[in-house]
Amino acid sequence: MKPFAAIIARDVRLALRSGGDWLTLVLFFVMVGIVVPFAIGPDRELLARLSPGIVWIAAFLSSLLGLDRLFRADHEDGTLLLLRAADLPMSLVVLAKVIAHWLLTALPLIAATPLLAVMLAMDMATFLKAVLSLLVGTPALVALGAVGAAVTVTIRRGGLIAPVLILPLAIPVLIFGVGAISTGPGPDQSGTALLLLAAISLIVAALSPLAAALAINSSED
Amino acid sequence: MTLRQGFPPLTLTATGLACRRGERVLVEGLDFAVEPGRALLLKGPNGAGKTTLLMTLYGAIRPAAGAYAFEGADPDGPPFLHLFGHQSAVKPRLSLIENLSFWLSVNGSGGLDPHAALDAVGLGPLARLDAGYLSAGQTRRLSLARLLVTPRPVWLLDEPTAALDTQGEAMVARLIEAHLDAGGIAVAATHLPLPIGAARVAELRLGS
Repeated sequence: MKPFAAIIARDVRLALRSGGDWLTLVLFFVMVGIVVPFAIGPDRELLARLSPGIVWIAAFLSSLLGLDRLFRADHEDGTLLLLRAADLPMSLVVLAKVIAHWLLTALPLIAATPLLAVMLAMDMATFLKAVLSLLVGTPALVALGAVGAAVTVTIRRGGLIAPVLILPLAIPVLIFGVGAISTGPGPDQSGTALLLLAAISLIVAALSPLAAALAINSSED
Repeated sequence: MTLRQGFPPLTLTATGLACRRGERVLVEGLDFAVEPGRALLLKGPNGAGKTTLLMTLYGAIRPAAGAYAFEGADPDGPPFLHLFGHQSAVKPRLSLIENLSFWLSVNGSGGLDPHAALDAVGLGPLARLDAGYLSAGQTRRLSLARLLVTPRPVWLLDEPTAALDTQGEAMVARLIEAHLDAGGIAVAATHLPLPIGAARVAELRLGS
Protein backbone atom coordinates (compact mmCIF):
# COMPACT_ATOMS: atom_id res chain seq x y z
CA MET A 1 0.00 0.00 0.00
CA LYS A 2 2.86 2.34 0.82
CA PRO A 3 4.45 2.42 -2.67
CA PHE A 4 0.98 2.83 -4.19
CA ALA A 5 0.18 5.86 -2.05
CA ALA A 6 3.68 7.26 -2.63
CA ILE A 7 3.15 7.33 -6.40
CA ILE A 8 -0.19 9.13 -6.08
CA ALA A 9 1.24 11.62 -3.59
CA ARG A 10 4.28 12.33 -5.76
CA ASP A 11 2.23 12.88 -8.92
CA VAL A 12 -0.16 15.23 -7.15
CA ARG A 13 2.70 17.12 -5.53
CA LEU A 14 4.56 17.47 -8.84
CA ALA A 15 1.46 18.74 -10.62
CA LEU A 16 0.66 21.27 -7.90
CA ARG A 17 4.25 22.57 -7.91
CA SER A 18 4.49 22.97 -11.65
CA GLY A 19 1.47 25.20 -11.32
CA GLY A 20 -0.73 26.09 -14.23
CA ASP A 21 -0.29 22.91 -16.21
CA TRP A 22 -3.47 21.26 -15.02
CA LEU A 23 -5.34 24.58 -14.95
CA THR A 24 -5.10 24.87 -18.74
CA LEU A 25 -7.30 21.80 -19.08
CA VAL A 26 -9.97 23.34 -16.87
CA LEU A 27 -9.75 26.53 -18.90
CA PHE A 28 -10.11 24.55 -22.11
CA PHE A 29 -13.17 22.80 -20.66
CA VAL A 30 -14.78 26.11 -19.72
CA MET A 31 -13.81 27.69 -23.06
CA VAL A 32 -15.66 25.02 -25.02
CA GLY A 33 -18.73 25.78 -22.96
CA ILE A 34 -18.33 29.50 -23.54
CA VAL A 35 -17.74 29.21 -27.28
CA VAL A 36 -20.80 27.08 -28.03
CA PRO A 37 -23.42 29.74 -27.17
CA PHE A 38 -21.65 32.12 -29.53
CA ALA A 39 -21.74 29.52 -32.27
CA ILE A 40 -25.38 28.48 -32.00
CA GLY A 41 -26.88 31.73 -30.79
CA PRO A 42 -28.41 32.85 -27.51
CA ASP A 43 -31.50 30.63 -27.74
CA ARG A 44 -31.81 29.53 -24.09
CA GLU A 45 -34.20 26.68 -24.81
CA LEU A 46 -31.99 25.22 -27.51
CA LEU A 47 -28.90 25.63 -25.31
CA ALA A 48 -30.56 23.89 -22.39
CA ARG A 49 -31.57 21.03 -24.66
CA LEU A 50 -28.03 20.68 -26.06
CA SER A 51 -26.26 21.25 -22.75
CA PRO A 52 -25.76 17.57 -21.72
CA GLY A 53 -24.05 16.86 -25.01
CA ILE A 54 -21.94 20.01 -24.84
CA VAL A 55 -20.78 19.34 -21.27
CA TRP A 56 -19.73 15.83 -22.22
CA ILE A 57 -17.98 16.87 -25.43
CA ALA A 58 -16.05 19.49 -23.46
CA ALA A 59 -15.07 16.96 -20.79
CA PHE A 60 -14.29 14.34 -23.43
CA LEU A 61 -11.97 16.61 -25.40
CA SER A 62 -10.17 18.06 -22.41
CA SER A 63 -9.50 14.67 -20.85
CA LEU A 64 -8.22 13.36 -24.20
CA LEU A 65 -5.90 16.35 -24.53
CA GLY A 66 -4.31 15.74 -21.14
CA LEU A 67 -3.66 12.06 -21.82
CA ASP A 68 -0.20 12.37 -23.25
CA ARG A 69 1.05 13.72 -19.95
CA LEU A 70 0.17 10.55 -18.07
CA PHE A 71 3.45 8.69 -18.68
CA ARG A 72 5.46 11.11 -20.82
CA ALA A 73 7.52 12.85 -18.13
CA ASP A 74 8.26 9.62 -16.28
CA HIS A 75 9.32 7.98 -19.51
CA GLU A 76 11.63 10.80 -20.54
CA ASP A 77 13.59 11.01 -17.30
CA GLY A 78 13.87 7.24 -16.91
CA THR A 79 11.50 6.91 -13.94
CA LEU A 80 9.20 4.56 -15.82
CA LEU A 81 12.11 2.25 -16.62
CA LEU A 82 13.14 2.12 -12.97
CA LEU A 83 9.56 1.53 -11.85
CA ARG A 84 9.72 -1.79 -13.68
CA ALA A 85 11.90 -2.99 -10.82
CA ALA A 86 9.78 -1.36 -8.12
CA ASP A 87 8.36 -3.36 -5.26
CA LEU A 88 4.88 -3.36 -6.78
CA PRO A 89 3.61 -4.72 -10.09
CA MET A 90 3.50 -2.34 -13.05
CA SER A 91 -0.30 -2.68 -13.20
CA LEU A 92 -0.54 -1.11 -9.74
CA VAL A 93 1.90 1.61 -10.78
CA VAL A 94 -0.45 2.36 -13.68
CA LEU A 95 -3.50 2.29 -11.42
CA ALA A 96 -1.84 4.72 -9.00
CA LYS A 97 -0.96 7.06 -11.86
CA VAL A 98 -4.49 6.79 -13.26
CA ILE A 99 -5.97 7.75 -9.89
CA ALA A 100 -3.59 10.69 -9.58
CA HIS A 101 -4.36 11.75 -13.14
CA TRP A 102 -8.09 11.59 -12.46
CA LEU A 103 -7.68 13.71 -9.32
CA LEU A 104 -5.66 16.28 -11.26
CA THR A 105 -7.55 16.47 -14.54
CA ALA A 106 -11.10 15.17 -14.08
CA LEU A 107 -11.91 16.46 -10.61
CA PRO A 108 -11.10 20.11 -11.47
CA LEU A 109 -13.35 19.79 -14.54
CA ILE A 110 -16.21 18.58 -12.40
CA ALA A 111 -15.58 21.44 -10.00
CA ALA A 112 -15.81 23.85 -12.95
CA THR A 113 -19.12 22.44 -14.18
CA PRO A 114 -21.22 25.15 -12.45
CA LEU A 115 -19.63 27.71 -14.79
CA LEU A 116 -20.77 25.70 -17.79
CA ALA A 117 -24.19 25.21 -16.25
CA VAL A 118 -24.64 28.98 -16.10
CA MET A 119 -23.35 29.53 -19.65
CA LEU A 120 -25.61 26.82 -21.05
CA ALA A 121 -28.74 27.78 -19.10
CA MET A 122 -29.04 24.41 -17.35
CA ASP A 123 -31.69 23.95 -14.70
CA MET A 124 -30.74 22.66 -11.27
CA ALA A 125 -31.88 19.05 -11.84
CA THR A 126 -29.92 18.77 -15.09
CA PHE A 127 -26.87 20.31 -13.47
CA LEU A 128 -26.86 17.78 -10.63
CA LYS A 129 -27.32 14.94 -13.09
CA ALA A 130 -24.44 16.30 -15.18
CA VAL A 131 -22.12 16.37 -12.16
CA LEU A 132 -23.10 12.82 -11.23
CA SER A 133 -22.68 11.60 -14.79
CA LEU A 134 -19.20 13.19 -15.04
CA LEU A 135 -18.18 11.74 -11.68
CA VAL A 136 -19.18 8.26 -12.77
CA GLY A 137 -17.97 8.47 -16.38
CA THR A 138 -14.62 10.28 -16.26
CA PRO A 139 -12.75 7.40 -14.53
CA ALA A 140 -13.52 5.30 -17.62
CA LEU A 141 -12.07 8.01 -19.88
CA VAL A 142 -8.87 8.29 -17.86
CA ALA A 143 -8.46 4.52 -17.54
CA LEU A 144 -9.00 3.97 -21.27
CA GLY A 145 -6.62 6.80 -21.94
CA ALA A 146 -3.96 5.08 -19.86
CA VAL A 147 -3.90 2.24 -22.39
CA GLY A 148 -3.46 4.68 -25.28
CA ALA A 149 -0.80 6.63 -23.40
CA ALA A 150 1.09 3.46 -22.48
CA VAL A 151 1.10 2.20 -26.07
CA THR A 152 2.35 5.49 -27.48
CA VAL A 153 4.75 6.56 -24.73
CA THR A 154 7.85 5.40 -26.58
CA ILE A 155 6.91 7.43 -29.66
CA ARG A 156 8.68 10.75 -29.48
CA ARG A 157 6.24 13.63 -29.89
CA GLY A 158 3.39 11.14 -30.01
CA GLY A 159 1.19 13.92 -28.61
CA LEU A 160 -2.13 13.32 -30.30
CA ILE A 161 -1.76 9.67 -31.25
CA ALA A 162 -3.08 8.37 -27.94
CA PRO A 163 -6.35 10.37 -28.12
CA VAL A 164 -6.94 9.30 -31.71
CA LEU A 165 -6.24 5.70 -30.75
CA ILE A 166 -8.70 5.52 -27.89
CA LEU A 167 -11.38 7.86 -29.23
CA PRO A 168 -13.41 5.05 -30.87
CA LEU A 169 -13.23 3.02 -27.66
CA ALA A 170 -14.44 5.94 -25.60
CA ILE A 171 -17.60 6.55 -27.62
CA PRO A 172 -19.79 4.32 -25.38
CA VAL A 173 -18.74 6.47 -22.42
CA LEU A 174 -19.92 9.53 -24.31
CA ILE A 175 -23.25 7.91 -25.30
CA PHE A 176 -24.16 6.71 -21.81
CA GLY A 177 -22.67 9.81 -20.20
CA VAL A 178 -25.04 12.06 -22.14
CA GLY A 179 -27.82 9.50 -21.67
CA ALA A 180 -27.39 9.69 -17.92
CA ILE A 181 -28.21 13.40 -18.03
CA SER A 182 -31.16 13.33 -20.42
CA THR A 183 -32.56 10.72 -22.74
CA GLY A 184 -34.58 13.00 -24.99
CA PRO A 185 -38.22 12.27 -25.78
CA GLY A 186 -39.97 9.24 -24.33
CA PRO A 187 -39.77 7.73 -20.84
CA ASP A 188 -36.87 8.88 -18.66
CA GLN A 189 -34.14 6.24 -18.80
CA SER A 190 -31.31 8.30 -17.39
CA GLY A 191 -31.08 6.05 -14.34
CA THR A 192 -30.41 3.00 -16.51
CA ALA A 193 -27.85 4.91 -18.54
CA LEU A 194 -26.08 5.95 -15.34
CA LEU A 195 -25.89 2.32 -14.20
CA LEU A 196 -24.47 1.27 -17.55
CA LEU A 197 -21.97 4.11 -17.36
CA ALA A 198 -20.92 2.93 -13.91
CA ALA A 199 -20.53 -0.60 -15.26
CA ILE A 200 -18.31 0.63 -18.10
CA SER A 201 -16.21 2.65 -15.63
CA LEU A 202 -15.71 -0.30 -13.30
CA ILE A 203 -14.83 -2.76 -16.06
CA VAL A 204 -12.41 -0.38 -17.77
CA ALA A 205 -10.79 0.68 -14.49
CA ALA A 206 -10.24 -2.98 -13.60
CA LEU A 207 -8.87 -4.13 -16.95
CA SER A 208 -6.98 -1.17 -18.39
CA PRO A 209 -4.13 -1.11 -15.83
CA LEU A 210 -3.31 -4.68 -16.84
CA ALA A 211 -3.30 -3.79 -20.54
CA ALA A 212 -1.30 -0.60 -20.00
CA ALA A 213 1.23 -2.42 -17.80
CA LEU A 214 1.69 -5.02 -20.50
CA ALA A 215 2.35 -2.29 -23.06
CA ILE A 216 4.88 -0.54 -20.82
CA ASN A 217 6.70 -3.69 -19.79
CA SER A 218 7.05 -4.98 -23.32
CA SER A 219 8.16 -1.67 -24.83
CA GLU A 220 11.81 -1.44 -25.82
CA ASP A 221 13.62 1.65 -26.87
CA MET B 1 31.08 1.73 5.30
CA THR B 2 28.87 -1.31 5.11
CA LEU B 3 25.41 -1.20 3.60
CA ARG B 4 24.02 -4.47 4.81
CA GLN B 5 25.65 -7.78 5.36
CA GLY B 6 24.38 -10.93 3.85
CA PHE B 7 22.54 -10.66 0.61
CA PRO B 8 21.12 -14.01 -0.48
CA PRO B 9 23.89 -15.58 -2.54
CA LEU B 10 23.05 -14.84 -6.13
CA THR B 11 24.98 -15.82 -9.22
CA LEU B 12 24.51 -14.29 -12.63
CA THR B 13 25.22 -16.68 -15.47
CA ALA B 14 24.90 -16.15 -19.20
CA THR B 15 25.23 -18.81 -21.86
CA GLY B 16 25.49 -17.95 -25.52
CA LEU B 17 23.82 -14.63 -24.81
CA ALA B 18 23.20 -12.36 -27.82
CA CYS B 19 21.79 -8.87 -27.46
CA ARG B 20 20.06 -6.80 -30.05
CA ARG B 21 19.14 -3.16 -30.34
CA GLY B 22 16.17 -2.87 -32.65
CA GLU B 23 16.83 -5.42 -35.36
CA ARG B 24 20.62 -5.21 -35.10
CA VAL B 25 22.48 -7.84 -33.11
CA LEU B 26 25.27 -6.00 -31.28
CA VAL B 27 26.90 -8.72 -29.22
CA GLU B 28 26.61 -12.46 -29.44
CA GLY B 29 28.03 -15.62 -27.97
CA LEU B 30 28.59 -14.19 -24.50
CA ASP B 31 29.37 -16.69 -21.76
CA PHE B 32 30.08 -15.40 -18.31
CA ALA B 33 29.33 -15.98 -14.67
CA VAL B 34 29.40 -13.44 -11.87
CA GLU B 35 29.53 -14.92 -8.40
CA PRO B 36 28.51 -13.23 -5.14
CA GLY B 37 30.98 -10.56 -4.12
CA ARG B 38 32.33 -10.15 -7.65
CA ALA B 39 32.07 -7.50 -10.29
CA LEU B 40 32.02 -7.70 -14.07
CA LEU B 41 33.37 -4.72 -15.98
CA LEU B 42 32.13 -4.24 -19.52
CA LYS B 43 34.69 -2.64 -21.80
CA GLY B 44 34.52 -1.64 -25.40
CA PRO B 45 34.21 1.31 -27.78
CA ASN B 46 31.07 3.42 -28.05
CA GLY B 47 28.31 1.49 -29.69
CA ALA B 48 29.77 -1.88 -28.76
CA GLY B 49 26.59 -2.83 -26.92
CA LYS B 50 27.49 -2.20 -23.28
CA THR B 51 24.24 -0.39 -22.48
CA THR B 52 22.27 -2.88 -24.55
CA LEU B 53 23.74 -5.76 -22.56
CA LEU B 54 22.85 -4.02 -19.29
CA MET B 55 19.31 -3.35 -20.48
CA THR B 56 19.02 -7.00 -21.49
CA LEU B 57 20.14 -8.10 -18.03
CA TYR B 58 17.67 -5.60 -16.53
CA GLY B 59 14.90 -7.31 -18.50
CA ALA B 60 13.94 -4.32 -20.64
CA ILE B 61 15.18 -5.95 -23.86
CA ARG B 62 14.67 -9.58 -24.75
CA PRO B 63 17.85 -11.48 -25.63
CA ALA B 64 18.22 -12.24 -29.34
CA ALA B 65 19.61 -15.68 -28.52
CA GLY B 66 20.94 -17.58 -25.56
CA ALA B 67 19.87 -16.97 -22.00
CA TYR B 68 20.92 -15.51 -18.69
CA ALA B 69 19.80 -16.34 -15.19
CA PHE B 70 20.15 -15.04 -11.67
CA GLU B 71 20.63 -18.32 -9.84
CA GLY B 72 19.46 -18.27 -6.28
CA ALA B 73 16.90 -15.52 -6.84
CA ASP B 74 13.37 -16.04 -5.59
CA PRO B 75 11.15 -15.41 -8.62
CA ASP B 76 8.21 -14.45 -6.39
CA GLY B 77 10.28 -12.43 -3.97
CA PRO B 78 10.92 -8.70 -4.03
CA PRO B 79 12.90 -7.26 -6.96
CA PHE B 80 16.65 -7.78 -6.65
CA LEU B 81 17.95 -5.45 -9.38
CA HIS B 82 19.16 -1.88 -9.26
CA LEU B 83 19.78 -0.04 -12.50
CA PHE B 84 21.95 3.07 -12.48
CA GLY B 85 21.88 4.36 -16.03
CA HIS B 86 22.19 7.51 -18.06
CA GLN B 87 18.76 8.75 -17.12
CA SER B 88 18.71 10.16 -13.62
CA ALA B 89 14.97 9.68 -12.86
CA VAL B 90 15.29 12.78 -10.69
CA LYS B 91 12.34 15.18 -10.56
CA PRO B 92 13.60 18.77 -10.66
CA ARG B 93 10.58 20.13 -8.78
CA LEU B 94 11.03 17.85 -5.79
CA SER B 95 13.66 18.42 -3.15
CA LEU B 96 16.54 15.97 -2.82
CA ILE B 97 15.03 14.32 0.20
CA GLU B 98 11.61 14.06 -1.46
CA ASN B 99 13.16 12.44 -4.51
CA LEU B 100 14.94 9.92 -2.38
CA SER B 101 12.01 9.24 -0.06
CA PHE B 102 9.88 8.46 -3.10
CA TRP B 103 12.29 5.74 -4.19
CA LEU B 104 12.47 4.48 -0.63
CA SER B 105 8.69 4.04 -0.51
CA VAL B 106 8.48 2.52 -3.97
CA ASN B 107 11.48 0.18 -3.80
CA GLY B 108 11.25 -0.80 -0.15
CA SER B 109 13.36 0.02 2.89
CA GLY B 110 16.09 -1.84 4.69
CA GLY B 111 19.08 0.21 3.64
CA LEU B 112 20.31 3.60 4.71
CA ASP B 113 17.99 6.28 5.97
CA PRO B 114 17.51 8.91 3.18
CA HIS B 115 19.47 11.56 5.08
CA ALA B 116 22.31 9.12 5.72
CA ALA B 117 22.29 8.12 2.05
CA LEU B 118 22.57 11.78 1.02
CA ASP B 119 25.50 12.18 3.40
CA ALA B 120 27.10 9.09 1.89
CA VAL B 121 27.04 10.61 -1.61
CA GLY B 122 28.15 14.00 -0.34
CA LEU B 123 24.84 15.87 -0.71
CA GLY B 124 23.82 15.93 2.96
CA PRO B 125 23.67 19.75 3.39
CA LEU B 126 21.47 20.16 0.28
CA ALA B 127 18.65 17.85 1.42
CA ARG B 128 15.94 20.53 1.26
CA LEU B 129 17.03 22.04 -2.06
CA ASP B 130 14.99 21.48 -5.21
CA ALA B 131 16.78 18.87 -7.31
CA GLY B 132 16.48 21.17 -10.35
CA TYR B 133 19.28 23.35 -8.95
CA LEU B 134 21.80 20.50 -8.91
CA SER B 135 24.68 20.26 -11.35
CA ALA B 136 24.98 17.24 -13.64
CA GLY B 137 27.42 15.55 -11.29
CA GLN B 138 25.30 16.25 -8.23
CA THR B 139 22.24 14.85 -10.01
CA ARG B 140 24.20 11.66 -10.66
CA ARG B 141 25.13 11.51 -6.99
CA LEU B 142 21.48 11.90 -5.99
CA SER B 143 20.55 9.15 -8.42
CA LEU B 144 23.25 6.97 -6.89
CA ALA B 145 21.84 7.51 -3.40
CA ARG B 146 18.74 5.62 -4.59
CA LEU B 147 20.84 2.44 -4.62
CA LEU B 148 21.77 2.95 -0.99
CA VAL B 149 18.30 3.37 0.54
CA THR B 150 17.10 0.01 -0.79
CA PRO B 151 19.60 -2.84 -0.54
CA ARG B 152 19.44 -5.13 -3.54
CA PRO B 153 22.01 -7.78 -4.44
CA VAL B 154 22.47 -6.90 -8.11
CA TRP B 155 23.73 -3.53 -9.34
CA LEU B 156 23.71 -2.80 -13.07
CA LEU B 157 25.78 0.33 -13.56
CA ASP B 158 26.01 2.16 -16.85
CA GLU B 159 28.95 4.58 -16.85
CA PRO B 160 28.62 5.07 -13.09
CA THR B 161 31.37 7.68 -13.00
CA ALA B 162 30.06 9.83 -15.87
CA ALA B 163 29.91 13.53 -14.94
CA LEU B 164 31.53 12.86 -11.57
CA ASP B 165 34.69 14.56 -10.31
CA THR B 166 37.69 12.56 -9.10
CA GLN B 167 36.33 12.46 -5.55
CA GLY B 168 33.04 11.20 -6.99
CA GLU B 169 34.87 8.45 -8.86
CA ALA B 170 36.58 7.37 -5.67
CA MET B 171 33.23 7.45 -3.90
CA VAL B 172 31.61 5.22 -6.55
CA ALA B 173 34.50 2.77 -6.26
CA ARG B 174 34.11 2.74 -2.47
CA LEU B 175 30.36 2.13 -2.71
CA ILE B 176 30.82 -0.70 -5.20
CA GLU B 177 33.45 -2.24 -2.98
CA ALA B 178 31.13 -2.06 0.04
CA HIS B 179 28.38 -3.58 -2.05
CA LEU B 180 30.61 -6.48 -3.08
CA ASP B 181 31.78 -6.92 0.51
CA ALA B 182 28.15 -7.40 1.51
CA GLY B 183 27.89 -10.25 -0.98
CA GLY B 184 26.25 -8.35 -3.81
CA ILE B 185 27.24 -8.49 -7.46
CA ALA B 186 27.83 -5.63 -9.87
CA VAL B 187 27.91 -5.38 -13.63
CA ALA B 188 29.37 -2.06 -14.71
CA ALA B 189 30.02 -0.51 -18.09
CA THR B 190 32.84 1.91 -17.58
CA HIS B 191 35.93 3.22 -19.33
CA LEU B 192 37.58 4.26 -16.11
CA PRO B 193 39.60 1.82 -14.10
CA LEU B 194 37.87 1.16 -10.79
CA PRO B 195 40.34 0.73 -7.95
CA ILE B 196 38.73 -2.43 -6.63
CA GLY B 197 40.77 -5.49 -5.77
CA ALA B 198 41.70 -7.05 -9.11
CA ALA B 199 40.97 -10.55 -7.86
CA ARG B 200 37.27 -9.79 -7.61
CA VAL B 201 36.88 -8.08 -10.94
CA ALA B 202 36.45 -9.77 -14.27
CA GLU B 203 36.52 -7.92 -17.56
CA LEU B 204 34.36 -8.54 -20.57
CA ARG B 205 35.48 -6.96 -23.81
CA LEU B 206 32.71 -6.18 -26.30
CA GLY B 207 32.82 -5.19 -29.93
CA SER B 208 36.37 -6.31 -30.71
